[in-house]
Amino acid sequence: MKFQQIDQFAAHLRPSTRAAVYDGSKKGHEKRTQVLFDHYPDPDRLRQLAGEIKQHVIENLDTYLPAIEAKLKANGVIVHWAATAEAANEAVLAIMRARNATRMVKAKTMVSEETELAHFLEKNGVECMETDLGEFIVQIDHDHPSHIVKPIIHKNRRDIATSFEKNGLGAYNDDPQTITRRARDFLRKKYLVADVALTGANFLVAESGRLVLVTNEGNSRFCLAATRCHIAMVGIEKILPRDRDLGLLLNLLGRSGTGQQLTVYTEFITGPRAPAQPDGPDEMHVILVDNGRTDVLASDCRDILRCIRCGACLNVCPVYRQASGHAYRSVYPGPVGAVLSPLLMGKDFPEKADLPKASSLCGACNEVCPVDIPIPDLLLRLREKGKREHSAAAAAGTPPMGAWSLLASQPTAWKAALLGGRIINYLPTKMLPIPALRAWEGKRSLPAWRGGEFRHWLKGRARSPGAPPPTSGGQSPRPS
Amino acid sequence: MNLADRIRPDAGRRVQLMATCLCDAFYDDAARATVEVLEHLGCTVEFPAAQTCCGQPAFNGGDWPASRKVVRHTVETFAGDCPVVVPSGSCAAMMFHGALLEFEREADLPAVAALGRRTWELADFIVHGLGVTTWPGRYDARIAFHRSCHGRGTPSSAAAEQLLGSVAGLTLAPFGEGEQCCGFGGTFSVSFPNISAGMGELKLDHLRAAKPDVLVSGDMSCLMHLGGLAEKDGRPVKTQHLAQVLRDALKNGGLI
Repeated sequence: MKFQQIDQFAAHLRPSTRAAVYDGSKKGHEKRTQVLFDHYPDPDRLRQLAGEIKQHVIENLDTYLPAIEAKLKANGVIVHWAATAEAANEAVLAIMRARNATRMVKAKTMVSEETELAHFLEKNGVECMETDLGEFIVQIDHDHPSHIVKPIIHKNRRDIATSFEKNGLGAYNDDPQTITRRARDFLRKKYLVADVALTGANFLVAESGRLVLVTNEGNSRFCLAATRCHIAMVGIEKILPRDRDLGLLLNLLGRSGTGQQLTVYTEFITGPRAPAQPDGPDEMHVILVDNGRTDVLASDCRDILRCIRCGACLNVCPVYRQASGHAYRSVYPGPVGAVLSPLLMGKDFPEKADLPKASSLCGACNEVCPVDIPIPDLLLRLREKGKREHSAAAAAGTPPMGAWSLLASQPTAWKAALLGGRIINYLPTKMLPIPALRAWEGKRSLPAWRGGEFRHWLKGRARSPGAPPPTSGGQSPRPS
Repeated sequence: MNLADRIRPDAGRRVQLMATCLCDAFYDDAARATVEVLEHLGCTVEFPAAQTCCGQPAFNGGDWPASRKVVRHTVETFAGDCPVVVPSGSCAAMMFHGALLEFEREADLPAVAALGRRTWELADFIVHGLGVTTWPGRYDARIAFHRSCHGRGTPSSAAAEQLLGSVAGLTLAPFGEGEQCCGFGGTFSVSFPNISAGMGELKLDHLRAAKPDVLVSGDMSCLMHLGGLAEKDGRPVKTQHLAQVLRDALKNGGLI
C-alpha cells in the first residue's frame, strides 16, 4: 500500500532534525501560551476580534486596494501591481536597473520566498543579501526555510558552525554568540555598500498608508538606514483598516509568533525620507503582489487570507513537530501551509493536494490562531477538492469509502458485517486483503472483534425485563 | 452551531442512543455502560436498530458524496425529537459540526442541522443536559483523563473532568502536553502510520510519567490507538471509557 509523501518524509527524517524541530516548536508554543494568558484574561476574545477585522478586509479588498494605492501615492510612494510572482520579480529588477543598482540587502519576507526573488536576482547579476540571521544561514547553505518565523528551526548550532566554516566565516565554533558576531561582522559591510533595501510588510494601514514592519534583529532598520531606495514587496491581503487596529494585531503577533509582548523592533514607515529627516531612502516603492491570492479569495477557503504569518499553528501542530517544515515541499509549511500552499498552486492544486491530508484534524491550530482561522474546516474542504479532482497525491494510503458507504447505509448488511467481522479474530492480518488493516497492525495491535455483542445484550434485556443483565466477558485483546 | 441551543430532555427523559460503530464492532461494554449510566439517571434509552456509523470516515477522507449517503441514513434512523446521546465526542461533533459543512449546499441541510441540535456527547449531556454535576459511588484508582480533540470548543472535556473529579476514591492524575492530539485522526492513522504512531508514543510517554492505574477518555477511538500502540510495544495500559468508570463507580457503591 502506498503511503503519504509527508509520512514517508517523517519516517526518514534525521533524528537530530526531528529533535530540533520538536524542541523549537514546543518551546515556542509554551512561551506563547504563557505570555498570552498571563497578560490577558480572555485571549480568545482578542483572537476572534482580530479575525473579524482581517475577514472584513478580505471581504472588502475591492475597496481597500484602491484606497491603499491612493494613500501610498499621496505619501510619495511609487506603487506597483504584480499579478504573478514573475511580475513581482521583474518589477524589482526594473527598479534596480533604473538606478544602475547591483547590490541589495534584504529583510525577511515570506512573499519574496514565494516569488524566489533572491534566486531570480542572482541570475540577473544582482547580489541579494539576506540580512535576517536565519535567512542568511539558509542562504549560505543553499537550503530552504522550514518555518515561517524561525527559518532554521531544523538546524542545531553544530550544523550552523559547520556551514560557517565551509563558507569562510571562520574556523569551526558552535558558540551561539560567536556565530552571531561573525554574521554581524559580515553583514555590516554589506549594509554599507548596498544600493537598495528590500523588505516585506507585516501590515499596511489603509487609513494612513502606514507600512508596519516587525523584526527582532533590527536588520530591516540597518537595511533602510544605509540605502537610498526602499522596495517593499507586500501581499495584497496585508491591509488593516485603521491605525488603531495595530494595537490589537501587534500585541497578538508578537505573543503568538515568538512569545514576546512586542517584537524588539517595530517600524512605522509612511513614505520616503522627508526633507527634515537626516537618514532614510529618498525613494520608496510598494509592490502589491497577488500571486494566486485572488483565486484563494474566490474559493470557499478565503478565510486563510486572514493569516498574519505568526507561525503559532506550526509550533502547536503535532504533525509539523514530527515531520518538519521541509516535508511540506512548500514555502508555507504546517497547518496554514497545508491550506495555503496547495491553493497557491492554482490549476496544479492536485500536486499538493496531499498537504491537507497531513493532519489528524485535532484543531489545535485553530485554538492558537491569532486571527481565529478555522483551519480544520478548510483542510476538510480541500480534502474534498482533492478527491473531486482525482489527486493521486491525496489518494495515497487513503482507504476507499465506496463499499463502506454502501454497508453503512443498509442496516441488514451492516448487521451481517458486524457478525462476519469476527473472522479477523481467527485469521492473521496478513491473510486479509485490507491494506488499512495492515497499516493499522504495523504499529498497533487490534482489539478483539465483538461485533453484535452490544445488540445481543440489549435484546436479552428486552426479553427478560428486570433481570440482571448478562455479563459480556469484558474487553480482552484478540489473540495474536 | 451554537451548542447552547441544543434540544434538552423532556420530563420523561427520553433519549436515543447513538452507540457508534466502534462500540458496535469492538467495545460493547462501553455502549452497555452508557445505557446503564443513562438509566441510572432516569433516562428511557431507545436504541434505533438501523443505526450504523456517523459518516465521519468518508467525510475526513474527502469522499463527501459517500459520507452524505451515510449521514442521510443516520438522519432517517434517528427521526424524532428527543436528545441523541453519543459516547464519543468525535461522532457527536460529526453530527453538530462536520455534517453541516458537507451539507452546506444540499437541500436537506435543515434535516441534518435538526439532528445536530439534538446531539450530545455523553459527559456534556449528563452535566449540561441533565444538570448533574457530581457522581455518586466509589472508584478507587488514579486516572489519567485524555481530552479527545473533538472536545475542543465544546463543554465535553471539562464536564467529564468535573464528573470524574467528584467520584469518591478517584484521583485525576495531571500529565504534560494535555492539549496535544493522541495521533489517531481516523483514516490519518492508516495513511500516515509513522507520524500517527510518533504522536501516540509521545502521548504515552506523558501518560506513563503520571503513573495512572487507568487511562480514560470520552472517545474509544483515541483509546483504541493508544491502547493498541502500548500493547504492540509490549507495555499494555489499562483503558476505559468514561461511561465504564461512571458505571463501575455506581456498581462499587452498590447503586446498581
